[in-house]
Amino acid sequence: MEKEKTKHKLIIIGSGPAGYTAAIYAGRASLAPVLFTGQEPGGQLATTTDVENYPGFPSGIQGPELMQQFREQASRFGTEVVDASVDRVDFSKKPFEIYSSNKQYQTDAVIVSTGASAMWLDLESEQRLRGRGVSACATCDGFFFKDKDVVVIGGGDVAMEDAIFLTKFAKSVQVVHRRDELRASQIMQDRAKANSKISFVWNTEVKDVLGEQDVTGIRVINNKTNEESEIACQGLFVLIGHKPNTDIFKGQLALDKKGYLVLKEKTATSVAGVFGAGDVHDHAYRQAITAAGFGCMAAIDAERWLESGE
Amino acid sequence: MQEKIFTDQNFKEEVESVKGVVLVDFWAPWCGPCKMQGPIIESLAKEVENATVGKLNVDENAETAGKFGVMSIPTLILFKDGKPVESMVGLHQKDDLKAKIDEIAK
Repeated sequence: MEKEKTKHKLIIIGSGPAGYTAAIYAGRASLAPVLFTGQEPGGQLATTTDVENYPGFPSGIQGPELMQQFREQASRFGTEVVDASVDRVDFSKKPFEIYSSNKQYQTDAVIVSTGASAMWLDLESEQRLRGRGVSACATCDGFFFKDKDVVVIGGGDVAMEDAIFLTKFAKSVQVVHRRDELRASQIMQDRAKANSKISFVWNTEVKDVLGEQDVTGIRVINNKTNEESEIACQGLFVLIGHKPNTDIFKGQLALDKKGYLVLKEKTATSVAGVFGAGDVHDHAYRQAITAAGFGCMAAIDAERWLESGE
Repeated sequence: MQEKIFTDQNFKEEVESVKGVVLVDFWAPWCGPCKMQGPIIESLAKEVENATVGKLNVDENAETAGKFGVMSIPTLILFKDGKPVESMVGLHQKDDLKAKIDEIAK
């Protein structure tokens, strides 16, 4: 079967702040970019409630609302937003080839802004009980745990924010963390520690999620004493960080040991004409504003590269 | 077809007594990914002819959400001849959903 084939100047993969900002700049530069929204349209902000540190919104803004505005702004300047995932890329060909939903897209330049996705504990019981008490989105699922006991796994900003959010519904929130200190920013730590419904279980790792049909608790091990115990809970929120979405680029673009996209000069990747932006590369800052900044840089770099006619 | 709005009141008639395939998107206004899923469901409803597609707000229709054990949203449940046959947790793109519908509608 002959595949449907289209040719473009620039394709942007990913729909977080980096991807949409790149699209706004590239659109204004008349590159008519195509943007693929991927498995998680809007990226990590789509599951965030209050965004309090994005400049221009002094009283804060909801994550999904912010991303909707990014999308509208990108569309306004001629970006074609495709609600699909990219299945495969071939950067060894010129023009580059990108495959999505059985269609082939050819393009002169690419911006990779696929971001990072929430990690799971990788336990069989965890995956079996997803949607039955195991969740990675407190703002989505907190509602189902009114007057229940819940556990949050993790020690970063997202874990603290979500633990605090869950106290609106849950009877108790226990934060289980594998170290004896949190990675979260001081302001989030202070807020969480000041909340009377939140308690902390230190130096503790999850061995198993308990329950046949629904979550009834977790089996944990103290990594200092090796002592095992069980914590009863009806909800388990896994908020242990993120991993870069670079599986489809393996063997084609240089990645570091943890799978993050390596940038050589400015936003250039190991393949000329392919640029990177946002959390797919950046594990140091990981902010909406830094991702947006990177997206802008990648768009300008791509535009210059296209103009130079290399 | 336009997307349907399912409720505790009409669920029996509009889903459980229907011959064929019905896709129900369990959602709520305060859920970020649900807001991303919403427009996808709306456009899916217009494009498919072999299934009825609609949404149920879990906040206002807790009885039905509870009956089908929904504890995470968005959850998308496919019904065939009134019985739930497949439950999908989390955000799903249109093409994936079309493929599932086609598989079940066969």
